Amino acid sequence: MTGAPGLDLDVDLPAPEPEPQPAARRSVLRRLLANPQGACCLAFLLFVVFIGLASPWLAPVGPNVTNLSAVNAPPFSPHHLLGADGSGRDILSRLMWGTRETLLACVIVLVVSVVLGVTSGLIAGYYRGKFEASASWVSDVIMSLPGIVLLIALYARTGPNIVAAMAVFGLIIAPTYFRLVRSTVVSVRNELYVDAAKVVGLSDFRIVGRHVLTAVRGPVIIQSSFVIAAGIAIEAGVDFLGLGNPAQPSWGSVLQQSFNNIYNNGASVVWPALLISLTILALVLLGNVLRDLLQSSAHGKTLSPRRRRELSQQARQHAASTANAPPAPPKDVVLSIRGLRIGYPDGNGGVREVVHGADLDVRRGQVHGLVGESGSGKSQIAFSALGILPKEALILGGSILLDGKDLLASPKLMEEARGRRIAYVPQEPMSNLDPSFTIGAQLTYGLRAVKNMTKQEAEQKLLGLLARVGINNPERVFRLYPHQISGGMAQRVLICGAVAADPDVIVADEPTTALDVTVQAEVLELLRELDDERGLAMILVTHNLGVVADICDYVSVMKDGLIVERGDVDSLFESPAQAYTQELLSSSRRVELTEV
Amino acid sequence: MFWFVLKKVVRAVAVMLLVTFATFTLMYGNGQGIAREVLGIQATPAAIQAEVVRLGLNQPLIVQYGKWLHGVVTGNLGSSFSTGQAVTSILSSRVPVTLTLVIVTLVLTAVLSVLIGVAAAVYGGWIDRVIQPLSVLGAAIPAFIIAIGLVFAFAIRFRFFPATGYVSPSLSVSGWLSSITLPVLALLVGSIAAAAAQFRGAVLDTLSKDYVRTLRARGIPESRVIFRHVLRNAAGPGLTVLSLQTIALIGGAVIIEQVFALPGIGDLSNTAAQAGDVPVVMGLVLVTAVIVQVVNLLGDLANAAVNPKART
Repeated sequence: MTGAPGLDLDVDLPAPEPEPQPAARRSVLRRLLANPQGACCLAFLLFVVFIGLASPWLAPVGPNVTNLSAVNAPPFSPHHLLGADGSGRDILSRLMWGTRETLLACVIVLVVSVVLGVTSGLIAGYYRGKFEASASWVSDVIMSLPGIVLLIALYARTGPNIVAAMAVFGLIIAPTYFRLVRSTVVSVRNELYVDAAKVVGLSDFRIVGRHVLTAVRGPVIIQSSFVIAAGIAIEAGVDFLGLGNPAQPSWGSVLQQSFNNIYNNGASVVWPALLISLTILALVLLGNVLRDLLQSSAHGKTLSPRRRRELSQQARQHAASTANAPPAPPKDVVLSIRGLRIGYPDGNGGVREVVHGADLDVRRGQVHGLVGESGSGKSQIAFSALGILPKEALILGGSILLDGKDLLASPKLMEEARGRRIAYVPQEPMSNLDPSFTIGAQLTYGLRAVKNMTKQEAEQKLLGLLARVGINNPERVFRLYPHQISGGMAQRVLICGAVAADPDVIVADEPTTALDVTVQAEVLELLRELDDERGLAMILVTHNLGVVADICDYVSVMKDGLIVERGDVDSLFESPAQAYTQELLSSSRRVELTEV
Repeated sequence: MFWFVLKKVVRAVAVMLLVTFATFTLMYGNGQGIAREVLGIQATPAAIQAEVVRLGLNQPLIVQYGKWLHGVVTGNLGSSFSTGQAVTSILSSRVPVTLTLVIVTLVLTAVLSVLIGVAAAVYGGWIDRVIQPLSVLGAAIPAFIIAIGLVFAFAIRFRFFPATGYVSPSLSVSGWLSSITLPVLALLVGSIAAAAAQFRGAVLDTLSKDYVRTLRARGIPESRVIFRHVLRNAAGPGLTVLSLQTIALIGGAVIIEQVFALPGIGDLSNTAAQAGDVPVVMGLVLVTAVIVQVVNLLGDLANAAVNPKART
């Protein structure tokens, strides 16, 4: 995008996370120094800066001092540690003097790009509107220019002029800051504390200075490290092309002269090439370390593969030892969950258990409500019954019995059950349809993946089912893309997809939470009807006791990863035994009262 | 669809006008300077003035730009100040060299970085742990340094490939192949490293989407979820990566050509810039702007083909 050869500037940085606490930020430098990679990079870069600044005193000789007796001297020869070039100039001295040129280039690129990019990004992100639109357009245009070609064109007018060239490069690279700052500001701008500051009457200037700049600082520092790396690459590249000032040595020009002399003194190419590569690499690695430090969510909480294997093996052994004497579930129980324990890596090599041994029986024709506040582990149970827990989740013990067979015992059993015998109705209808395929295409494909059907048979069946779930013009909806239908319709489509394969069990994870109130009742009604018609067993995960009262037969109440109470809906609503259930009931009644 | 394409084409033309006008202003802003450059330092002020008039540099800038633009449409970009050759004929001998270099690298990048990125995202584990640092390394080191390393190793030490020069494929296909192997390789390292990292991100991003979980829950086998649904949805961001990579490749190729003495636009722009040969430089800016806009347009069209939401 910039013509910086091979250097990736991460143009699509994800929207940065909120800033860490001030206390954490103060110690960023300390944490950076504690990180071996960060400390090494920083030390190397400081060394390079020092060499550049101190070259008049440190360099053995001046940059253009020639010693004819040392022409093409090999490295490590007396007086010429790194050898001498084709004109007998000391390469070490030239590189040291050349470092000044590089430093100058970095400063210019950084100042120009930060001033232009950050300022325009702040204005665009904070005030939005026309400025944002036009600035974004300009930024897109600039990003589609090959920088080096423009720099070469510039040379035709200005001759060797490092200041002009690097200022232009700063302009070319400014969009990376613009995009980063704009997206950060847009996300911060809607935060409550910015609203609060406005209400209190702080001026825009103060708000930007106090709240917005703090949010922008971290990402800008990270990005600067990559921008400086790009600046060094482009400066060396321009000088390597011979467009630099011949009187002034630079890393790029030393490289060029050594390269032209490669047949006479091959080793001399190594030093400038190494210096340029190491400096750029140090900057990029430093940027990566900074990103990890400042955006703590960037590094995921993972366990080593070996530890994962150990834990799941333990779980299997545990299940095998208890499976000998499971309390035989009653005859009409289709799905039975026994002693299920689920955990997640806690980021320190350990595991945090979120479900502590849950038992659950679902009978044919029964709607089994699983209620609890968010974070109580109810969705985890639902996902584990389908084998669709997130990748990092761990099943630590227990079994999931479908007609008496433990699905956790082998991936094959789970695969045979998933989608065929146990189906899933998700929470957010709009994000659960693949945006790239028409409704018809994705439903047909899903059905044919589990049922041996021709395309026509599958389409006939699905069109009939779409009509059944209350979609008026199934043929038309079949040809639409997900973004062209409403949320309620999308949820009906998803229900249709779930029941199409004639499953025995449906796991519905908060199926109405994301819908309008009027649509909610219709969807619940539909689920109830389908349940009765087909003799399905259904697990309905919800936090809404109203939903439970509406359609559930049986209910399990979850709290902190444990099922604390279970029973018939009527008796449980009548006389809750557990304090938690009482609390839950009374709080939901309070909500109803206030709503009325 | 027609309006979509029209909108994109209008946008591309607008960008080209903006870029060429900006460069034109920069290039022709100082008519006296150009004439002095053409005539040399010994020229008298009177001779310079005559040259300014002869080259039409005394006209208002906008008129000069209009004439140049008229030339663009009629296929006449003027002639080189230094050689007197028509700019179009100079370009037609140079552009194909750079373009083949860029296209070959781009195709290889597309294939390899998709494979690597998808493997790293889907399998994770050791593949990911090996690929991650390699991609940082590969993307950080400038292509011309890699090129120098390759020349040093393969052309000078082991003599597997010719160090420099270019053989047209119309003369000898094998000669052409061996003349572009090292340049392509030099560009490929950084380009794959950068693109694979982005593809990995795009695939990981798609894998975390809700609908992927729902598709799995529907009983679709994992391999088909990935090849049909995940790749299709990751293709949009992937295409953006490739079109940005093309721009970076043109920049990289310009410098690389110097290392391998390839007679492409890099070499041409360097000579023209040092000679102050403004018509040739303008022609080069036009050509690169056109290439970039065509690539962006193709990227947008391909994106619209895979992403129904992008068709507006």
